[in-house]
Amino acid sequence: MNKDQYILGIETSCDETAASVIKNGTEIVSNVVASQIESQKRFGGVVPEIASRHHVEQITIVIDEALEQANLLPGDLDAVAVTEGPGLVGALLVGINAAKAFAFAHQLPLIGVHHIAGHVYANQLVQEMEFPLLALIVSGGHTELVLMKEHGSFEVIGETRDDAAGEAYDKVARVLNLPYPGGPEIDRLASESETAIEFPRAWLEADSYDFSFSGLKSAVINYKHNLDQKGESVNPAHVAAGFQESVVDVLTVKTKRAAEQFKVKQVIAAGGVAANKQLRASLTETFSALNIPFYVPPISLCTDNAAMIAAAGTSMYNHGVRSTLAMNGRPGMELTSWNK
Amino acid sequence: MIWLGIDTANIPLSIAIVEDGKVITEENTSAKINHSLRAMPAIEEAFKRVNLTPADIDVIAVAEGPGSYTGVRIGVTIAKTLAWTLKKPLVGVSSLKALAMNGLFFNGLVCPLIDARRNHVYAGLFEMKNGIVTEKMEDQHILIEDLLENLRKVEEPILFIGTDVALYEEMIKEMLEERAVIAPVQFNLPRASSLIYVAEQMETKEEVHHFVPEYRRIAEAEANWLKAQRDK
Repeated sequence: MNKDQYILGIETSCDETAASVIKNGTEIVSNVVASQIESQKRFGGVVPEIASRHHVEQITIVIDEALEQANLLPGDLDAVAVTEGPGLVGALLVGINAAKAFAFAHQLPLIGVHHIAGHVYANQLVQEMEFPLLALIVSGGHTELVLMKEHGSFEVIGETRDDAAGEAYDKVARVLNLPYPGGPEIDRLASESETAIEFPRAWLEADSYDFSFSGLKSAVINYKHNLDQKGESVNPAHVAAGFQESVVDVLTVKTKRAAEQFKVKQVIAAGGVAANKQLRASLTETFSALNIPFYVPPISLCTDNAAMIAAAGTSMYNHGVRSTLAMNGRPGMELTSWNK
Repeated sequence: MIWLGIDTANIPLSIAIVEDGKVITEENTSAKINHSLRAMPAIEEAFKRVNLTPADIDVIAVAEGPGSYTGVRIGVTIAKTLAWTLKKPLVGVSSLKALAMNGLFFNGLVCPLIDARRNHVYAGLFEMKNGIVTEKMEDQHILIEDLLENLRKVEEPILFIGTDVALYEEMIKEMLEERAVIAPVQFNLPRASSLIYVAEQMETKEEVHHFVPEYRRIAEAEANWLKAQRDK
């Protein structure tokens, strides 16, 4: 019988300091996340320098906790996987340099993981992946449709041309004076509203799987501006409901069309916005009608975490991918296949 | 006793290993290469060169700042991760004090200086007398004009050290005239062996989880937020 495989994952690409140990690529042994949300709330968004400062404060505490909960010693690990990009460069560098120092101290292999590959592999922790597979990644920094023909093979078939979906949520929330982070707040207001203001949908070219949310954001701003000028008050719930309907509609229709065109066996959603209740419900309903299995990880695995980095890192490790101690943070890193 | 010293606080990189009071290896570069590309490989090479393994280290010294925020964080992150996971004590040393050691035998005042942009510098002030160092001013982030104005009040000669001194050389000479001494180039790079020399006289920290950089400057967003709170 093969020996069990343990990979330590580290993630610091934005405002969560996270570490996790994954067994055999699919089983969470520990999953620790230190969130900075309380601190970043003061600024109404993530301030890169503040994020980096918090990461240095938390990094060894979080890794220590992950090993402690896993009841493992560094020598029990097979490799260290860390988010190499994309993300905030100063934030990435804290996780990367901790991973490098840790790997060097214990002479462990080091693997640099793409953040989006991590989000996709979060699903591997709840459900065996089946190919071809379509992944919808929606977060504060990303909106992408990724086609996978096998493990470690990625083809980005659509992406946002301007704002990420989560970014649009945060900006609209700010216009409506909702607390940060705006996503959950808009989702809550929208679910309580019977009325939805009609906002446009950006379909782009008929055959395109790309997204655009800046026009929608402007439409919301204009709508509020017009009412303000007339001295009328804006009903935030009605705006939230209309905005969310537009986002969910576009995401659902494009994902459905791609799933049909590429005849996928599985559709998965991941990223912070995949925690959105209305989006989850819409995708679940759509794919259940089409008889295509649809999975979305629990919310704790949708938002940034290190378990997903360790899960993707395990697949990379088994494909022989290794990084060197010269690894740099790559804020604009492209998603490339490791199964070539 | 084996020390590992790490300084990535600014553009120069310095890595040293000191064994029983002997500097057995030291690398000093100032090549404008991102520290994330060079710092860990340089540490690995240093160990190989002297045939030691990470577990052989007894204590780690790191330049804790001030300096480039990202640079300081890379060194501190590496140092605290190594110290924590190898269960070794850690000593944080002012990057300015480490740099000032290049003027240890000057017999006068030494002002190590690091550019902080927008006419600001990070600066310290140390009195050197027969190899004895006395701190005369806390490390600070200060307008270069204000620093030089303060230094005009002292009568001793002042040695300016650091690769960034060249940026302000004219102004320094104008304000302090013949009392200003500009260190020749070979004394401008911080040396990790000097860092260890300072660290040896300090208390070590066994608890490294809460070790953080000394930025000497609050983040801009934080400063704005605090101001907004006061104005409320």
